[in-house]
Amino acid sequence: MLPRPTTHSKALGPGVAGPELAVATSAVLDRPPQPGAHLPLSGAQPCAVDPATLADPRQHTKYPYVTGTSVMAIKYKDGVLVGCDTLGAYGSTKRYKNTQRIYHVNSKCVVAAGGEISDFQYITNLLDELTTDDYRTDDGIELTPQEVHSYLCRVMYNRRNKFDPLWNSLVVGGVQEGKPFLGMIGMIGTHYTDSHVTTGFANQLARPLFRERQQDDMSEEEALKLMYDALRVCYYRDKVSINKFQIAKVTKDGGVSISEPFALDMRWDYKLFAQPTKWAVGAW
Amino acid sequence: MSLGLTRGFRQRRTVVAVAGEDYCIVAGSTRMSTGFSILTRDASMLLQLTDKVVVASAGMQADRKALHKLLQHRNVTYQHNHGRAMGVSAAAQLLSNTLYYNRFFPLYTFNLVAGLDEQGRGAVYNYDAIGSYERSGYFCQGSGKELIQPVLEGILRRPDVHVPFRTCMALDLVKDAFVSAGERDIYTGDKVEILIITKDGIKREELQLKLD
Repeated sequence: MLPRPTTHSKALGPGVAGPELAVATSAVLDRPPQPGAHLPLSGAQPCAVDPATLADPRQHTKYPYVTGTSVMAIKYKDGVLVGCDTLGAYGSTKRYKNTQRIYHVNSKCVVAAGGEISDFQYITNLLDELTTDDYRTDDGIELTPQEVHSYLCRVMYNRRNKFDPLWNSLVVGGVQEGKPFLGMIGMIGTHYTDSHVTTGFANQLARPLFRERQQDDMSEEEALKLMYDALRVCYYRDKVSINKFQIAKVTKDGGVSISEPFALDMRWDYKLFAQPTKWAVGAW
Repeated sequence: MSLGLTRGFRQRRTVVAVAGEDYCIVAGSTRMSTGFSILTRDASMLLQLTDKVVVASAGMQADRKALHKLLQHRNVTYQHNHGRAMGVSAAAQLLSNTLYYNRFFPLYTFNLVAGLDEQGRGAVYNYDAIGSYERSGYFCQGSGKELIQPVLEGILRRPDVHVPFRTCMALDLVKDAFVSAGERDIYTGDKVEILIITKDGIKREELQLKLD
């Protein structure tokens, strides 16, 4: 990535120091500071808090606004499957029903996200810069999923250290040296790799299905069936989800293919849905 | 900003280290959880720096990974500069300095450095989050610490530098400690990764724990 001067807050800047350092001493007053893009007006060292910005009423984001819900991903014999729905919810409102939450990085890797959609769009911009650099270098070498995973870990962790997190749970899926790769990164920098990863509600709903039925040498039909069951369960039990899903498949030979949005058949005529407490002791 | 950004809440897991006359055993559980969910059952918390030094860290996973990355870089640089591997006392001092460097925004990790010192005796150093450390014969850190430390104290009776046990007995003790901690601590379980450091190198063992 090309180095560029970025700072999320004029107050914190590239380093962190206490506000006491930005003091108007006589040395500063004798030589009034000339405003410059990189120098705070107070005349303090650049790596210190500029007191003018402490009075700034603007603040970092504290809550996510437009969010995506769970993402689930499994390894199988030929590669990985990553599935999620296409909803961008505004609180409880199902506002944007056509958001693609899976991003096609290169022919070996996809990244999918739950959480704040705008932060995910920023992350796709960063990944776009990396892949554009790869394209410009023009040597046939692409970023591997492991590299994308490491890069996104560092981005999320460093943003968390600046108290300005990217409010996402990311899933990185791909094929690395002929072997499937799956990793997850949380918004505070927590990350891991495993044979099946999930974010959000799917942690509680889909993960038990994966633990029971996922094998690293599953066939594609078995893996798709498992993924459909997991997506179905998440739609049944997650309030903020819709019956419109996309599944990305990354294989050793076939590269990346992200499916068109599709719906799954759902049954709402289960008797227990109608009368959930009929057989429960003590219920009415 | 109470977004949980300042601390890695509830991610602590458990590590134990025991130093003997000519061996050192360090073990850590492999369950990674967040809140009340298990994220993965197979995540290592031990960093093998050289074939005589292992760093084990309990605490926030993101900080642990960042710290381990940094230590590995410093370790490689040391080997290039000095032409030999780092000794355990040098690694201990390095970790202490690295943690104190972040004194005013600490790395939420509770560390143990385990290895063989220059005389070939086992060494265990224990740390708090900002780098104060001491050498001891045994120590444990993490969420199972309160469950395991009294057991170790009772059986090993506070030796200063190393425990007067043979390797097999100390290994059994560590395994028993983890099984007991796994019964009552929700963050300890799944598997224990055990590294046994002797002058012949590092041997790795795994102990399966309950999955609940």
